[in-house]
Amino acid sequence: MAEMSFRGALRLTLQEELQADENVILMGEDIGAYGGSYSVTKGLFDEFGPERVMDTPISESVVVGAGIGAAMGGLRPIVELMTINFSLLALDQIVNNAAKLSYMSAGQIHVPMVIRMASGAGSQLSSQHSQSLEGWYAHIPGIKVVVPYTPRDARGLLKTAFNEQNPVIFIEHTALYARKGEVPDEDYAIPFGQAEVMREGADVTLIGYSGSVYQTLGAADILEEAGREADVINLRTLRPLDVDTIVASVRKTHRAVVIEDDWKFGGFAGEIAAIIMEEAFDDLDGPVARVCGADVPMPYAKALEQSALPNPQQIADAALALF
Amino acid sequence: MTQLIDKPPAKELPNEQLIELLRKMMLIRRFETKAAEMYAKQKIAGFLHLYNGEEAVAVGAISALNDDDQLLTHYRDHGHALARGVEPGRIMAELFGKETGVSGGRGGSMHLFDTEKSFMGGYAIVCGHLPLACGLALANQRLKNGRIVICFFGDGAVNEGEFHESLNLAAVWKLPVIFMCENNFYGMGTDIRRVSAVIEIYKRAAAYAMPSKQVDGMNVLEMYGETLKAAERVRAGEGPSFLEAICFRYRGHSMADPEAYRDRGQTERWRELDPIITFRKTLTEDGVIDEGAFQTLEAEVEDIVNEAVRFAEESPVPQLEELYTHVYKEDS
Repeated sequence: MAEMSFRGALRLTLQEELQADENVILMGEDIGAYGGSYSVTKGLFDEFGPERVMDTPISESVVVGAGIGAAMGGLRPIVELMTINFSLLALDQIVNNAAKLSYMSAGQIHVPMVIRMASGAGSQLSSQHSQSLEGWYAHIPGIKVVVPYTPRDARGLLKTAFNEQNPVIFIEHTALYARKGEVPDEDYAIPFGQAEVMREGADVTLIGYSGSVYQTLGAADILEEAGREADVINLRTLRPLDVDTIVASVRKTHRAVVIEDDWKFGGFAGEIAAIIMEEAFDDLDGPVARVCGADVPMPYAKALEQSALPNPQQIADAALALF
Repeated sequence: MTQLIDKPPAKELPNEQLIELLRKMMLIRRFETKAAEMYAKQKIAGFLHLYNGEEAVAVGAISALNDDDQLLTHYRDHGHALARGVEPGRIMAELFGKETGVSGGRGGSMHLFDTEKSFMGGYAIVCGHLPLACGLALANQRLKNGRIVICFFGDGAVNEGEFHESLNLAAVWKLPVIFMCENNFYGMGTDIRRVSAVIEIYKRAAAYAMPSKQVDGMNVLEMYGETLKAAERVRAGEGPSFLEAICFRYRGHSMADPEAYRDRGQTERWRELDPIITFRKTLTEDGVIDEGAFQTLEAEVEDIVNEAVRFAEESPVPQLEELYTHVYKEDS
């Protein structure tokens, strides 16, 4: 085991894949000479050159579309969109092309590409740079949505993304880039659709993904002090979703709280709550609770921003209210 | 690797290739007219956009390319598929929503795909396929396989942001792609003069330092010749080229269009320039075909289209158990 940052785990994996396959190319805004907006691709431009690590114009739509076309043409493109907020400019390509080409062509065309993007709030970047729209992408059949939490997740899930024959939306919470964790030395991959139970407890199930797992683990500490033991589930992928792990945990604990940074109204937490209701209604001792971001565009001022995001105490309170 | 097919200049085309250009245009015309009949009989549903009048654009341009050069187009895509040699029966079966259709009944008229023919699809979000053309060209460039890409789109596409993003990227990366604008003067039912600041579309390519030219889209030989010149340059690695084919669609935007926005006289005037009639006249004057040969061609395309309808009629509908097949490529 080696200790590695989330960013370092991603960089190492990208580097290995670039080394292993001449047809792997990286494309994105400022990923090359600049080194990447979040330094994930730092050093790769020098090692692999401008034809493998391609700086693009600020043209999200054609960057994603060219990635799709390159995948159709036999390359393995990894597109970086800097942040999920900018991915909205490429929504047409992701939703109307990447997600649908296999189906519309009856399997003649496949789009083996990865679209990486940073997500989340917490750095006082205000409304246009702080969204968590993972759930939007999870809504779309034809793409897969990956939301790593640990450096181990980042490396293992990116490995799997490289071996996928389908388009993968790979979402990296900005608060995680510098966080460190143990990463296995050996070659490994984490299959999509396998959640990780980060902590086991018999009393309540806490379900989070991406950056929100951090607050959720904090809530589990608070609950422990209050004499309640929590199962903490890190979903790792939203599509495919590991329904079995969620349902097995709820059958054991009979209580569930879903946590996400995104807005509650129409969000992915509601989908999980509905699945629990469909699959384990009789096992529930109370309604599934949701702790989500406040229903506002993200404010700049630090105190306002923090109050708009789920925090451990809120999550713990929501859990305790179920007893 | 790309096939080394000899593509002579337009003036040196042998008679059999000239006749083939005429035959392909006639096939498209007959196919589209039959498709309209089948739509009226409710054999075809959804949107149906017909290519009548624009045949010379697809036939001339596509005949100037190699068979493995990738082709992407918009939702008015039957003509391009037929010009590329996609089987007429499988196109008609797709319009009928049959399992034997080129897209397995998943796509319909607007989404024909036949990757074996390097026909990379018809796309129904205006301008949404131009970025894909850039990507395919990037793959060709990187794989050094000698293939180029041709991307057809209408005048309605040129005011989309993706148009400008794509032209810029193609130019800055010197991608091997031909952008082929079919300017028929109407974006759905809106006259280009009402929505475009610059109506000479080819001029827009100059903003991206891309060679561009306006060509007569009613003249199959001019389409062939100018596409051939563009292709030579693109294939040589000199970067993308842009052509604006001036043409006219005889029918409405789709079968649902009563054409209230334009007068019938305009269509009749364009019919005098009809690409099939004028090319037939040229070939007759040059002694390439006579009345008998033309009648034979007519009978031939009639048989092909009737056979396509028979094939579509007799094909099975897709199995309901297959509803979820192809959403993802399953791990092999």
